Amino acid sequence: MHSFLWLAQRASAALLALCVVVHLATMVYAVRGGLSAAEILARTQGSLAWLAFYSVFVLAIVVHVPIGLRAVLHEWLKWRGASRDMFLLLFAAVIAWAGMRAVLGVFL
Amino acid sequence: MMQVKVWRGGANGSFQAFEVPRHASQTVLDVVTHIQRVLDPTLAYRFACRVGMCGSCAMTVNGVARWTCRTHIDKAVKNENEITIEPLRNLPVIRDLVTDMREFFDKWAKARGSFQGSRTRHDDFALISSENGNRKEVNKGIECIGCAVCYSACDVVAARPDYLGPAALNRAWTLVKDERDSMAMERLRAVAGDAGCHSCHTHMSCTERCPKGISPTAGIAGLKREIARAVLKGAL
Ligand code: SF4
Ligand code: SF4
Ligand code: FES
Repeated sequence: MHSFLWLAQRASAALLALCVVVHLATMVYAVRGGLSAAEILARTQGSLAWLAFYSVFVLAIVVHVPIGLRAVLHEWLKWRGASRDMFLLLFAAVIAWAGMRAVLGVFL
Repeated sequence: MMQVKVWRGGANGSFQAFEVPRHASQTVLDVVTHIQRVLDPTLAYRFACRVGMCGSCAMTVNGVARWTCRTHIDKAVKNENEITIEPLRNLPVIRDLVTDMREFFDKWAKARGSFQGSRTRHDDFALISSENGNRKEVNKGIECIGCAVCYSACDVVAARPDYLGPAALNRAWTLVKDERDSMAMERLRAVAGDAGCHSCHTHMSCTERCPKGISPTAGIAGLKREIARAVLKGAL
């Protein structure tokens, strides 16, 4: 189980490294190019490519962050066991919801 | 003369100050020995070989875990009037500079730190070339003297008292890479998980401090890799 969590965290980290670079490059391009909000929305709305990319980004975060937080809670607050894991599942659900809400916000 | 503060008592003890004469090429162990032989015979400390082989003399010198028999005062302290000598961290203090190392060695056993061969006395010797890649990995970690300097320097041990720690995991790694050993899977199972290699933060204090120049961090990374491989193959 722990070995599996570790693998999931490594894999999601690799994905995140890629996603963050693409995301930052896009941001720099959008800001430097002086794109307005309307222009940005015009590019993202209905774009399946952007929908797929940002969905993967959110998914990687949803996998990566709670596993890291799991160790932080153990080591800093001595919180472990089922109650912590329930909290982490809930936490994962909240970031999945918030993340996908943002992604759909610019897609729809 | 040097001003030396030495830890006295158990966990709730305090520092006692001593004045110790300065000599050329003086080691920290020389200083402690002078105190015990000349100034206060009740001081408790441990040593045996005095040449960096037995691993029994480790202490915390000015906040840093060190093998005291091979640590010159020149190297360990900047100001000779500010020397503090304490027992190793992350281990229960018995008295003065002596720690209880049972937990440290029990963890070697938990990490399956003993060799398990598959041959009998009727079989021939296992021939392993010194050029063999696995053997070269073993050689990098095999010179451990069990001093617990790395264990004392590891923050994860402080945060999770059940963490096996760098020395036990390094030992497990040298056995996983030993082609004569027949218990690799059991050992990988023993060192996987929250108390094992997956809790290592890779911050390398152990590697920085190991007096034998071993990198437990590299061994732990190797264990993670082997475990990942075994998990993906469905063997773990
Ligand atoms: S690298 Fe790992 S074992 Fe070494 S000190 Fe850091 S956490 Fe401890
Ligand atoms: S790995 Fe190095 S620091 Fe750790 S116990 Fe062995 S010799 Fe000492
Ligand atoms: S006394 Fe043996 S290693 Fe220092």
